[in-house]
Amino acid sequence: MSNTSSEVAKGPHHSGGAAPSALSARNITKRFPGVLANDNVDFDVRPGEVHTLLGENGAGKSTLAAMLCGLYQPDSGTIARNGAPVVLSSPRAGLSHGIAMVHQHFRLVERFTVAENVVLGSRDLSYTLKRAELNDRVAEVAERYGLPVDPSATVGDLSVGQRQRVEIVKALYQGAEILLLDEPTAVLVPAEVEKLFENVHAMTATGKSIVFISHKLGEVVEISDRVTVLRNGRVTGHVSGRGSADTRELARLMVGRDIDLAVQRASHATGHEVLQIRDLSLTVNGIDVLSNISFNVHEGEMVGIAGVAGNGQKELADTIAGLVSPTSGSVSIGGSMSTDRGPIAARELGLAYVPEDRLGMGLVPSMSILDNLLLTRDRDTVVDRASVRPEANRLIDQFEIKANGPEHLARKLSGGNAQKVLLARELSGGRTATKLLVVCSPTRGLDVGAIETVRRLLDDARSAGQAILLISEDLDEIMSLADRILVLYRGAIVHETAGESAQLTTVGAAMAGLSQEVQK
Amino acid sequence: MNSNIWVLMSADSVALATTLILAALGALFTERSGVLNLGIEGILLTSAITSFIAADSSGSIWLGLVVGSLLGAVLAGIHAVLAVTLRANQIVSGLALVIFGTGLANFLGKPYEGKNIETKILPLSFGPLTDIPVVGPVLFGQDPITYLTVALAVGASWYLFRTRPGLELRATGDDPATVDAQGLKVSSIRIRYTLAGGAMVGLGGSWLMLAESAAWHQAATTNGIGWIALALVVFASWRPIRLIAGAILFGFTLQLPFTLQAENITFIPQAFLQMVPYAVTLISLIALSRPGSSNALGAPRALGTPFVRDER
Repeated sequence: MSNTSSEVAKGPHHSGGAAPSALSARNITKRFPGVLANDNVDFDVRPGEVHTLLGENGAGKSTLAAMLCGLYQPDSGTIARNGAPVVLSSPRAGLSHGIAMVHQHFRLVERFTVAENVVLGSRDLSYTLKRAELNDRVAEVAERYGLPVDPSATVGDLSVGQRQRVEIVKALYQGAEILLLDEPTAVLVPAEVEKLFENVHAMTATGKSIVFISHKLGEVVEISDRVTVLRNGRVTGHVSGRGSADTRELARLMVGRDIDLAVQRASHATGHEVLQIRDLSLTVNGIDVLSNISFNVHEGEMVGIAGVAGNGQKELADTIAGLVSPTSGSVSIGGSMSTDRGPIAARELGLAYVPEDRLGMGLVPSMSILDNLLLTRDRDTVVDRASVRPEANRLIDQFEIKANGPEHLARKLSGGNAQKVLLARELSGGRTATKLLVVCSPTRGLDVGAIETVRRLLDDARSAGQAILLISEDLDEIMSLADRILVLYRGAIVHETAGESAQLTTVGAAMAGLSQEVQK
Repeated sequence: MNSNIWVLMSADSVALATTLILAALGALFTERSGVLNLGIEGILLTSAITSFIAADSSGSIWLGLVVGSLLGAVLAGIHAVLAVTLRANQIVSGLALVIFGTGLANFLGKPYEGKNIETKILPLSFGPLTDIPVVGPVLFGQDPITYLTVALAVGASWYLFRTRPGLELRATGDDPATVDAQGLKVSSIRIRYTLAGGAMVGLGGSWLMLAESAAWHQAATTNGIGWIALALVVFASWRPIRLIAGAILFGFTLQLPFTLQAENITFIPQAFLQMVPYAVTLISLIALSRPGSSNALGAPRALGTPFVRDER
């Protein structure tokens, strides 16, 4: 291992910068069958700096990060640690060079305590476990970086933000100098994001390097010292200097064209109540999943349900769709009671449902686009494909679905195109014209181009007079689309506000359950 | 005389519990690594007959125990290759092992049917301690393997919850992806504990043969103890110490019908009593196969799920 002084003695470094790179990658190329994931990519991060990798899904940022931490090996190119070339043959090798990745899906054993999780797999662990000593050691490391965790708490009892902190403590405990954070804010509420950013600053202040991977422009601008933008496996731009990046410019580098994600709220005249929910409660295994929910959605109105995942969103959607019978309360669609009448009755009343799990609940992956369309249309015993084929072709054109025609299998579609097929089927109506559309996380996992299309389609449906219930964990999406925002927390609506006057901080606080006291 | 038969029965329950503990401990270690081996009954039977053959032909019961245990590991190895290396359906593979083991045992045992072993594993005697009324025969009248088994279960608890390999084993059964991300080898851990578990089951089968039965009666030799052992693991919430208590309880219920018959107590039909442990087993196995309930019971989260590294 070279140290800092020998680094200086070697004279001007390859990167040419004043500060030597803690980690650098040169001319990295990585190929997967049929895909050039990284094409001659250069990247480096200095001690004490936050360097962001920005790009859409599939741009190659995760592949690059995987090579930087030893999960994948590059086909060509070199990786250097403090200027000395290294071969990272496994995550273990990466860790021995002080490089650790905090995955988007936490690698934590829920039943274990925080301390057990932190020390799991670490090399200096003695044969017999001395719990008190381990707890002290973990607490000491956490303390040093201002990351408060209770070493004896069970991970399964912790919030998502706390779990992420445990992951970071784990990386630091194992001696990480460079942390790769893979989409760390995807699962956090705004207050937790703020806390994470404080922790990031505390770490960089002690000389740690952070590689921040994200596609959310706002936070990238806020946290980064430098930004490297990737598109289709190539670096399309570098921006240096904290706060100097411009979101429009970054979006253009990322997508390759100008883009506008903010949908203009059309001035809309809302009509009759299409969806009426009264005192809806649902108890599953003795737990109140939904409690006393009442609200309406009108013609031409989009109501957004905000909340952190697992606060009853899925159950609410499933209850409206007739898939689940509520414990008490009622659901009416278009003035007719649909409670306890099942999914077919709900659809016959004009419901269209876009579930979160698009290739599981939404579409049948092994069937063609045409057959998936038929699911909501033909109720005859003998299937008549010929009658639906013209409509399938029309929808493929209208919704700009990239497919080789109506026979294209659903599972071979990209995430964005699968979502468009699902929206096309639901919005175009089946046996009954669609009056009410319930959509769950419609843009999750989609790239920016597809997000733009999906949001425009939803907006068009609203303008056409459909009532829309938008359930999403993406607060930005709800803030920019919905006419009215309801916050769901532990199965209850704890906050309601008009879309135009909604404050990010207030809604965020309600999502974190901070308005509970006010409510009661 | 009347109290004597109950004392004998308690002593017998502890003895029967030995096989149960060994078989259940083997299943517990296997399951803690995330592998469900339903083939316990097949392994028990085959190790029983091979230990009989080895002991009979060599004249050494200790060699019998060693051969029986090794055979347990070999049969579990088949399951390990299928379930871990080839990622086959663990339930199907386990059931196949039961059928295979039963068939193999019956085939090997044909010439030995009804034959008695020359020397049995005999209980130890602690002199005056063994002669203490009631407590003596139960606590101090057992054979060395029974004492070893209890020590093994206590040691297993310490190993699981107080050592580094135990931590890694529990993590593998709960969340193999996390273990993999730490650079530990999930398949190697799973194969090792499946083999070790098989050896424990094999020891249990051999002991049953050489200390308890001493004669080969085909499938009736084990009489479904392998299935009861699987239920016992569920009962004990995958914790070795609870296993001891559960095994004695099950051992007692298995003995009860015979004792009541000897005592001419008939107000509960004997057939009903004989059914009880198996009915409990059936219920436990149903609970085990439902993800929701098995989770609530404390089953390892990844139990029965082959591990595939997530390739993006």
